[in-house]
Amino acid sequence: MPAVPTMSDNNETKLRNATIAVLVDNEPGILARVVGLFSGRGYNIESLTVAPVDEERAISRITIVTSGTEMVIEQIKAQLDRLVPVRKVCDLSIEGPHLARELMLIKVVCTGEQRAEALRLADAFRARVIDATTASFVFEMTGNGDKLEAFTALMRPLGLAEVVRTGVIGIARGTYSLKA
Amino acid sequence: MPVSPNGGAKSESQNTMSATALQTATSAAQTMSGAEIVLRALKEQGVEVIFGYPGGAVLPLYDALFQQNAIRHILVRHEQAAVHAAEGYARSTGRVGCVLVTSGPGATNAVTGLLDALMDSIPLVCLTGQVPTHLIGNDAFQEADTTGITRPVTKHNYLVKDINKLAGVVHEAFYVARSGRPGPVVIDLPKDVLIGQGPYSEAPTAPHRSYRPQREPNAELVAAAVKLLKGAKRPIVYAGGGVVNAGPEASALLGEFVRETGFPCTNTLMGLGTYPASDPQFLGMLGMHGTYEANLAMHGCDVMLNIGARFDDRVTGRLNAFAPTAKKIHADIDQSSINKNVPVDIALVGDAGLTLKALLAAWRASEQPQHKGALAEWWQQIEAWRGKDCLRYRQEGSIIKPQHAIRRLYEITQETRRDTFITTEVGQHQMWAAQYFGFEKPNRWMTSGGLGTMGYGLPAAMGVQIAHPDALVIDIAGEASILMNIQEMATLAQYRLPVKVFILNNEYMGMVRQWQELLHGGRYSESYSAALPDFVKLAESFHARGLRVTRPEELDDGIREMLAHPGPVIMDCAVAKDENCFPMIPSGAAHNEMILGPDQEGGVKGVTDEGKVLV
Repeated sequence: MPAVPTMSDNNETKLRNATIAVLVDNEPGILARVVGLFSGRGYNIESLTVAPVDEERAISRITIVTSGTEMVIEQIKAQLDRLVPVRKVCDLSIEGPHLARELMLIKVVCTGEQRAEALRLADAFRARVIDATTASFVFEMTGNGDKLEAFTALMRPLGLAEVVRTGVIGIARGTYSLKA
Repeated sequence: MPVSPNGGAKSESQNTMSATALQTATSAAQTMSGAEIVLRALKEQGVEVIFGYPGGAVLPLYDALFQQNAIRHILVRHEQAAVHAAEGYARSTGRVGCVLVTSGPGATNAVTGLLDALMDSIPLVCLTGQVPTHLIGNDAFQEADTTGITRPVTKHNYLVKDINKLAGVVHEAFYVARSGRPGPVVIDLPKDVLIGQGPYSEAPTAPHRSYRPQREPNAELVAAAVKLLKGAKRPIVYAGGGVVNAGPEASALLGEFVRETGFPCTNTLMGLGTYPASDPQFLGMLGMHGTYEANLAMHGCDVMLNIGARFDDRVTGRLNAFAPTAKKIHADIDQSSINKNVPVDIALVGDAGLTLKALLAAWRASEQPQHKGALAEWWQQIEAWRGKDCLRYRQEGSIIKPQHAIRRLYEITQETRRDTFITTEVGQHQMWAAQYFGFEKPNRWMTSGGLGTMGYGLPAAMGVQIAHPDALVIDIAGEASILMNIQEMATLAQYRLPVKVFILNNEYMGMVRQWQELLHGGRYSESYSAALPDFVKLAESFHARGLRVTRPEELDDGIREMLAHPGPVIMDCAVAKDENCFPMIPSGAAHNEMILGPDQEGGVKGVTDEGKVLV
């Protein structure tokens, strides 16, 4: 990767997805700062997750999934990087292979044969039953977005009642670690 | 995995000061009130002047100010003016300006000034009062969500809820305001924190934990840039406000670099003064109301070196037609300014002065440029464009041309040989000032570039005069803009600030009128300045001298009288009502589609529908 990205290779109109990991000081207003940056400058947020990852040093990790042209994504990273409480910005989607996972809880309300079918599919998708009544299941499932969407689609005719997803979290493969 | 492109400004290898280390450093000191902590930290940061307006939430700070002499407080008449005054102070000195306002309306009135400073990269620290912490969120009297409201208009902001962190926050605020791309920082101070007792700590010497902007440019990229410049046939240097922010030595280096290379140089509105206006290698300002030669040279160049400018839309015109044949080098301290509007070939992230120094060294160390003959041809072309004399105007008849008024103001101030600082409001007069007043040195030109804030000039001039008590400070104004912060005449009177307000009075919001003429069929909707005050009487009522000039033959004497008067003056100069500001790149047009005035060939072309959408 070049030290500074140059933009001469005209990819001004091609959109791409980016999964950006951001290490920030866990202080009041930091999420508003990040979200305000995206809304104020008209960038997309497809998903955003945040949680503290280092209690002692008060550091949180934000994972943002966004899309835009190469120029816009470079802008997003540069804009994030210049926020004072931001310690590190990493574009997981271009800086090497990475893993992305999402957690979903999904409630299906059904009886009879549909119930058995829901359980069979859950088994095939490695979803866990974490709550059950005689008329419902709550499944817990992790995976990438495609897998979660496929499972949701299968549950729709079987009595899909409610879905909640965390949004994507990501981490690089291999020995590389993101440190603040 | 590679580090971030800005060369590891956030790399993990550097030592960071932990929060605990910060606290142990503080605990040794004795305790004092929050207000005293703030003032002591300001003093340690070198603050000598603070512009402000009191109110309930900041009474403890005003009480502490009363009991000391190190910091001088200047009482403005509106909080917006306090911020603009601090901008004028900061821009003319290179120091961080300081503002103090109360909670609620005090803070919201400051918002315009804060955004103005953000867009023009002016270092400020603004202290805002806040209701006591236990009332925050209760819709208390004069409560506003100040950090929420000011988040998008500041570089950074703080709400201090813990007095133990107060001193550290003030020090950090000054560091953030002046480092990297400078900007305004707000510190919101609840009243109980100002009253409570806490420890003082000195400014930390360790690097900041996360905000460490890169100052030195990457050496390999500097070499690549110089290689590109050496191979240029039609080069141009385009320098902006970043060179002002990098200090006077950066402007000196710019001059050295331009003279050594023999390249033509143009300035943005914010960059005026970084290269001497009288130098033959200077092409004047570029952009929407820039000179013919500067804009055509930008359009036709093959290598462009941008130092400390941000490819603003006033400069570029239509983006897809901007310098279409040029390889572009962009030096900027702000990584996020690079490839934002215009994709560039080489990005040099760093301080403008250090970058110029590196470029100059690399230029001297490498071989002779390849195309000396080509550069001479390029200059011939530029001279031909210059021959158009795009700023020519004819002063004839009994009405003063606004261009002539500025030109004579410039020439007569030159005769006085006094150090002269110019501020402006926003509109036609601002552009004429930029075109017809020559600036030889940086920090002498204060104008609202990015935000375009009418009402900026008078309070900014106040701030400049406070910083430079013996200098000649002139606010070049329009009759509409000046009324937006006219209350500051009282501040001039109180502190005996001999600011000269030079009003080009055409009885119109001139730039609005001009656009209505060119774009909206001459329907002058609400742009006439009806019911104007008598500016002479207005000046007198504010204990200043008032002058009025209406005829060309009175102009010089009027200017001389204004300059000779030892106190503040308003000079109301009646000028041609229908004069337009030319040259002009109409919105949505390219540099080579600029329109010239009636005194040059070529008429006013129509504006496209796409252009009408643009501001």
